[in-house]
Formats: sequence, C-alpha cells, structure tokens
Amino acid sequence: MSGVLTFTEAGIYCPAGDFWIDPWRPVPRALITHGHADHAREGMGRYLATDAAAPVMRHRLGTEIDLQTTPYAASTRIKDATVSFHPAGHVPGSAQIRVEVGGEVWVVSGDYKTVDDGLSEAFEPVPCHAFITECTFGLPVFNWTPQDVLADQINAWWGDNAAAGRFSLLGAYALGKAQRLLRLVDPGTGPILTHGAVENTNAVLRSQGIALPATEQVTPETDAKARAGALVIAPPSALGSAWARRFKPQASAFASGWMALRGVRRRRAADRGFIVSDHADWQGLNDAIRATGAERVFVTHGYTGQFRRWLADQGYDAQVVRTEFDGESLDGSQVE
Amino acid sequence: MKDFARLFTTLDQTTRTTVKVAAMATFFETAQDADKLWCVALFSGRRPRRVITTTRLREWAAEQAGIPLWLFEESYPVVGDLAETIALVLPPPASESDWPLHHWIGELQRLSKLDEAAQKAGILAAWDSLDRTERFLFTKLLTGGFRIGVSQKLMTRALAQATGQDEADLTHKLMGAWTPETTTWAALIEAHDPGADLSRPYPFYLAYQLEDADTLGAPADWLIDRKWDGIRGQLVLRGGTHHLWSRGEELMTDRFPELGQLVDYLPPGTVIDGEVLAWRDGPLPFNALQKRIGRKSVPKKLLAQVPVVLMAYDLLEQDGADIRDRPLDQRRAALEALTADLPGAAPLRLSPEVTGESWEALAAVRADSRAHNAEGLMLKRRDSPYLSGRKKGDWWKWKVDPLTVDAVMIYAQSGSGRRANLFTDFTFAVRDGEGFTPFTKAYSGLTDAEFREITQWVRRNTLQRFGPVRQVPPVLVFEIAFEGIQESPRHKSGIALRFPRMARWRHDKPLAEINTLADLHAMLERYG
Repeated sequence: MSGVLTFTEAGIYCPAGDFWIDPWRPVPRALITHGHADHAREGMGRYLATDAAAPVMRHRLGTEIDLQTTPYAASTRIKDATVSFHPAGHVPGSAQIRVEVGGEVWVVSGDYKTVDDGLSEAFEPVPCHAFITECTFGLPVFNWTPQDVLADQINAWWGDNAAAGRFSLLGAYALGKAQRLLRLVDPGTGPILTHGAVENTNAVLRSQGIALPATEQVTPETDAKARAGALVIAPPSALGSAWARRFKPQASAFASGWMALRGVRRRRAADRGFIVSDHADWQGLNDAIRATGAERVFVTHGYTGQFRRWLADQGYDAQVVRTEFDGESLDGSQVE
Repeated sequence: MKDFARLFTTLDQTTRTTVKVAAMATFFETAQDADKLWCVALFSGRRPRRVITTTRLREWAAEQAGIPLWLFEESYPVVGDLAETIALVLPPPASESDWPLHHWIGELQRLSKLDEAAQKAGILAAWDSLDRTERFLFTKLLTGGFRIGVSQKLMTRALAQATGQDEADLTHKLMGAWTPETTTWAALIEAHDPGADLSRPYPFYLAYQLEDADTLGAPADWLIDRKWDGIRGQLVLRGGTHHLWSRGEELMTDRFPELGQLVDYLPPGTVIDGEVLAWRDGPLPFNALQKRIGRKSVPKKLLAQVPVVLMAYDLLEQDGADIRDRPLDQRRAALEALTADLPGAAPLRLSPEVTGESWEALAAVRADSRAHNAEGLMLKRRDSPYLSGRKKGDWWKWKVDPLTVDAVMIYAQSGSGRRANLFTDFTFAVRDGEGFTPFTKAYSGLTDAEFREITQWVRRNTLQRFGPVRQVPPVLVFEIAFEGIQESPRHKSGIALRFPRMARWRHDKPLAEINTLADLHAMLERYG
C-alpha cells in the first residue's frame, strides 16, 4: 500500500517528493521539524526548516550546511508533493510538517505541545487525513501544571533560597526549556547565572529577536560568593557534577515532565522537581489528534503500545511506527 | 488535611534533616491533638488497616478518570505506586475541603462498615474534594500502604523539640502496642508515668557492621559472644505477666508461648535482651525457626517439633529498676546470677562468652560460625551502657564473610516506588550442562548508575515479555552473595538462598566460568 509518507530505515520518507522528515541516517534531502539533536542530525545533503529554526540549526550543525528556510504556512513544491511548516509549540522555530500529494494530506507532528509557553510560536492544529504524532507522555498520569502556577512555584522556591543565602540550581534542557524558564522567573529576585550550553543557545535566540532577561555565563573566573542567592540554569547532566559543586550552599531542582512521578523525582536526588515539559501531556495529545480530524494516526516515540491501543479504542485507525527519536529522556541524559 | 499535606510535601521535597525536623516540630506545635497523635502513629508505622480492596479502587479511579481499566493497569507500573497512579489520573476536584487529618481517618473507619455502593460513593466524594497531594495521602491510607521517608528517630527528635521533653523518654513512651484508638495525645505524650504500662519495652540497641577488628584495641576490653541466627527479642517480665517484643516493636508473645514459663523462674521486674532460637540440644538452623515465625498461634505438634529458647545476652531491668546506664560487665554479671540456677527445662540460655588472646585468634573462631548455626561474632565494649538505636562505637557485629557464587542474569523486572521505570529485580541462573537453571532473585547491591546502565541494556536486549518480566539473553554476570543455603523442593534448582544480593557486577567474568548447579549442591552439602 502506498501512502503520502512511508517508514524506512533512514526515517519518514515521501516517495512523491523524494525527501525525508527528521531522518536519522544521512539522506540527500531532509525536512527538519526542529533543532533538537534527535531530529536535526548531521550529514544530510540538503536541509529545509523554518526561518526561526535556522539560527539554532546553523549553530549546532555548522554554518556550512546547505539549509533552505521557509516562513510558517508557506507552501513549497517538492516534485509531486506540496509541503508547508506549521507551529508545533515545542521550542522556538519548531514545526509540524504538512505534506500534500494528490489531495491527500499527511502531517508529521515532530515534537509538540498544545499549551502556549510564551516563548515558542503557539501550536496550531492542521487538518489532515493521517497524523504522525509523538506520544512521549502518552499515558493518563501525565497532566501538566498550568504555566502560571508553575511560575509561582519556581519563583517561590528561588525566593526562599535567595532569602536563606542559597543558590538555586535548576536543571533544564539548553534549547527551549531553559529559555521558557528564563521568561517565567522574576529577575528582581537576584542574579541569573547560566551554564555555557544554555548561554550559547540564549545568544542565538536573542540574536533572532527573542527577549530574555539578563544572564551571566559561569566561567572559571566567576566569583560565586559575590552572587549568593543567584538562580543557576544548567543542563540536567550538569547538576551534581564538579561544575555545580562550586555553588554552596545550594538547593537543586529539575524541570521536566518526568517530575510528575514521585519515584523519578526521588531517584534524581534533587530537592525539587518542577513539572514542566515541552511535550504535550495526556490531554494535549488527545486534543491535538482530535483537532486534526485525522482518521489514521501513527504514533512514534513514547508509550506507543499503550497509546495506540487507546486510540484504537476511540475508533482511530492507529499504528505504531518505530523511530529513533528520544523525546524527553527519562534519566536526564542530555538528549533533546 | 491541608496542614498534613503541607508537612508531607516539605518532607518529600527535601533531603535536609534539619528542614524535616523543623517541619515536623511545627506540625506538632500547631495541629490539633487528634491529628498530632495520628501523625505520630503514621510516622511510627501504625497504619490503619486496609479498608477496601485495591481492585475496587482501581476500577473506581479508572471510571472516574474516563479511561478503560487496562489503561490504568498499564499506567500503574510506570508510576510504581497505586495511590499515586490514582491521584494522577483523577480529574481535578470539583470542590475544596479542609477537614483535619483525623476526620479523614474517621471517614475510613466509617466507610469500612458500609456496603460497597456506599463505600464507592464515599470515596468518590472524598477524591472529588481533595487536591492531588491530599488525594494521594488519603488513598495511601485507604490502601493501608502509608509509609514516609522519615525515621522514627527524626520524628522523635521533632517531638522533643515541640514538647520540650527528653528524646529518650519520648522514645520509650512511643514503644509498645498503642494505637490512636486506644490512647490520647495527653495520655501517650503528656502523661508522666511511663512505667505504668507493664508491657512497655526499652528501645533496642543496634550494632554496626565491623570493618576492621584491629581498630578496637585489646580484645580483653570486649565482651564477645556468637551472633545467633534467630530473631532478636526483648522479654519483659512485670507484675506476673510476660511480653516478648521484636526489634520492629511487634509483640511476639503469642507466637512463642513456651517463653511464658519464665514467669515462674524469674522475678517480676526483669527485662532481658536476647535472641529467640529454635533449639534442640543446641541451636537449629534458621529455616527451622522460620516455620514458627509466620504463625500467630502455634499448634501443639509444631511446638514439640520446633521448640524455642531465648538466648539471653543482656539485662536491661532488674527488680523493676532500669539498669541500662550500668556498664555491660555489671549487667552481664547480674544476668549470670539470675540465670545460674535455672533448671535445664527452662527455655532460657545464657549466651556463652567467646574468648581469644588476639584478634587473629578470634577471627579463627568467627570463621567457624556456620558450624554453630551462628552468623559471626558480637563484640560489645565491657564498660558501655545500653544505648538506644544505632550509635557507633560500643557494639559491633562481626559477621562471617557471605557465601558467593557467580551467576548470569536471565530475567529482569522493573521495581516500584523510587525504582519505578528502572530494571532492578533480576533472576539469576547457574550453568547446568548445556543450559541454565534459575536459582535465585536479587534486588539490591548495585549503584543507581549501574541499575540505569542495566536498564538501558535490558531495553535493547529483551527476548520476550511476560507481563512486567523481560527475558534477556544470558550475558551479564554478577557475583551473588548470600548468608545461607537450604534445600527447597519447591524450586527447580532444589535450593533456596538466604538474603541473596548482588555483591558486584563481574564485567571481567566470562559466561563460561560462572558457577554450576553442581557447585550449588556441593555448597548445600557443606552449609545446608
């Protein structure tokens, strides 16, 4: 059976347009949903992504890549296929990719979330016949904290620590999560320090016009004592490392969807876990799928087996597709 | 409930002892008496009984969440905790409430007497008026599984701060068979006569594992006896009654009725610390005692088959006086005097002293422990008082080295709670001709980092799934340590191990060199 998209060893493939979407092996032509490393990989002949995703991709993959960019919603003809990119709400520049061949429309979600995080272009449902969706958090136990409550929680935590003279170390992915948090916190509480990986991404996003509060990158010369009570934002893998131990005394926290689970939170041995994810929660996944009007749904990374069965129960023609996307990694290794 | 939920959240969110103690002290200063009493009860393991089967709770939660039961069941192992899974899937509450903790526990007791339809209505109404943390706690209480990551010692410290009472006095007051239904805050905590309770035991003193005997000074400073392989027990004889307490503060009096005779042999006002042992002309192996442990009441036949004695090693109360502050030598002398003239039929033995000129000589005695059905030696400083809890320096257990075998992992299962989503429970096999025979499971002994690495490996190398269990190819080799081995016709391997755990991950050991089933049977011959 031929479809608008097929699933190959190298990734999701469009025979009519002879291109791949977020491939994990080198291919001649790749359409990229967003700049996280499991979706935007090295070694592709040509790349196509949104204007807003381009700076991060060039920063991560090198300025010499052959990258063509497009605004959101603009149609591009590739052989017999028409493609367009639509906001996925995951990180700045992230997109769902719509592919139309002979009147049939398929959409690849990439990674997405349905709530507006105040940083990324807000998610827009795209009507389609078939929807290829991630389901990193595709179980009914994942229901995110509303963003205003989250902001209050983080600000109260930082405020208490600052009042007690403690540093607040917050572990968050360098692209997207870190900047989302930066825009949630109250900069009046104290100085904000960043790990190099976070600050490099900050610089890229600032240069494309995204406003972020003032931050200072931690270097070997940084005088930690002079910045007592600061908020320190670093990738999750940096917490508990020698790098993090210079900040004393400190309280530490992870910001991740996995923090919804008490067992995971306690295993990470941080003081706090803030439930915040750039992936859709249970409600978000179900709302997004319903809004597409699709009858066929392909589920990729996450709790695929369970989520597929749930969708089948709801009357969808649902299938699991094996991919090499990681989603939000459970144990905080630096995969984005 | 909000103040209790706040306390729980604070305790759950910090690893700092001072913060935990301060949070509990605040609760003890501000909450109602009935709530304080329940808090002390819950934090000391006195949980209310399970009111409703978890099967019903799962069904009702799934129904309320608008999801099929199978999806609830699939979510449970990911979360690793039933009450938490329920709290997470339920829709947000329709209303708020702030009834005190004891109201909700009263509600549990009320529900326990109703029919199922009324129970369901009551529980759905409760869930619908509690926020996520409160729901989690309420459901934990419902399932009888309430546990918290705070030691009784820390809780007692907070109680001391809040009440201005001595920590040791409070520790003593909290022991025994009380429940919030049988006492009040005023009677348990504020009242002054701790000796009024005839059954009340003293807190057990616990020994640390000894690493190196050479740091202990002269052997003559130490009172040394065997580390008996039974159950620690404290025999309380007061006012013509007897009570036997386990280290976990459980009453074992009815399980070992033969010890009741001692009321006739020893004066009232006597409290003895010792080890309950299965005994016939000498100690029997631990698995003989195991037949007695599970029984709340003992049939006559079993009493005759597996008689027990108390192997006494310390005297805590003499003629009604607490003598724990006296040096061990004096307590031991008093114990010897007390037990010197007992007839052989009395179920009490004095644990014999073991002597040696040097630590080398004592090490040789220790190496011989298994022949005496003992686990090693106990070393106690002769001039030490009887302290409570685990305090380093005066009491050491010097255990014989564990037995070990090298084995290969063949099945893996994920853990629960803190270990949800991690493969931590493994089944191990030894070689048996061309194939492998499983012989034990083990859950502990590795670091979190090692468990994470193994989890990754299991995910990539799963051969078959049987529910939550994954079959993996026989590749990863581990050294399994254990304390004893016995025959077990129920197991395919014919043996069962005592306290098996992973001593280390043998990256260096090829599969061809792991132990065989014949090796295990040779160990059974020798040590079983």
